[in-house]
Amino acid sequence: MDKWYMVTAVGKDQTGIVAAITGALFDGGCHLGEASMARLGDSFTVMMMVRHANGEKTLRSLLEAAVEKMHLHLHVDPVDGVLHHHVIPNLRISVFGADRPGIVAQVTRVLASDGLSICHLETDVAGTQERPIYVMHIEAKGRESAEALQSRLRQAVGAGLDVRVADLDLVIG
Amino acid sequence: MLEVLTYPDPQLKQVSEPVTAFDAVLRDFVDRLEATRLAAPGCVGIAAPQVGKTIRLAIVDVSSKPKHKNHGRLVLINPEITQWEGFALGREGCHSVPDYTGNVIRAERIALRAFDLDGREQNFEMEGFEARAVQHELDHLDGLLFLDRLVSHRSDLFRRKNYGENAKK
Ligand SMILES: [Zn+2]
Repeated sequence: MDKWYMVTAVGKDQTGIVAAITGALFDGGCHLGEASMARLGDSFTVMMMVRHANGEKTLRSLLEAAVEKMHLHLHVDPVDGVLHHHVIPNLRISVFGADRPGIVAQVTRVLASDGLSICHLETDVAGTQERPIYVMHIEAKGRESAEALQSRLRQAVGAGLDVRVADLDLVIG
Repeated sequence: MLEVLTYPDPQLKQVSEPVTAFDAVLRDFVDRLEATRLAAPGCVGIAAPQVGKTIRLAIVDVSSKPKHKNHGRLVLINPEITQWEGFALGREGCHSVPDYTGNVIRAERIALRAFDLDGREQNFEMEGFEARAVQHELDHLDGLLFLDRLVSHRSDLFRRKNYGENAKK
């Protein structure tokens, strides 16, 4: 019976990583589920749900050539198939201002203490080298109202940072 | 109850035809379309082509979300958007695309002309959530799904959204 694996590859960004990995998987008779990739600085990471009839060892051996050629770190974990269970975020949180240490920790501590789960998080350092601006964007799911969460976050990060929390109202039509 | 077609059913890609007869048959169809909408959890709109009838008719009702300004239940026949203003990023899902939601940019405010079940012309101005729901449904009449308008997650959207807010001032 086919099993699901989470395949994670990390390395220095270069053209053709996704093609090399997915090509090797396809040639080896694997089936891809959902995938997410991120490029940050000059690093690259991709997570892929892969369905495959044989064991973990075979899966690794399929990827050996690509991993060696592109100097990637590979991680393979057996997982339960979890397609068709998307979590829909209902809150959008934006935090931005002059960069300083601790922004992510302060914000996410509030979210965790309220039982909110983060569906999506992205941060950027913009501005100039002398005056960096930090921009954080989060989509989360939780029961707290946008207004209440916003005031608690503003209190937690203090003055100097802008915090906005808005409802992410889903139109289903 | 009518069956809701799901992507990639080719009928969802067809451009629908204007309604010409405002009669009992149409009324009966609207009743069944509304029953179908109500049976789908959280559904704020439905368009005739979603049930395989390619006529320019949609129902929108966002009154279940009372914090948003709304016009109650609207039966929109041969609808046309006559004015667009601003743009906003928002999340959409569709009963024709199960288990998927995505971010789509829509006009923030619209002016809308449509006919009701008696064939009377009606004009609306709407904004925000209701305007988004109407634009989603009207797309169905032109064979478009929100999948056709997806924008990525990436944070330039955040900047674009703010740019939109500033542009309003
Ligand atoms: Zn739809």
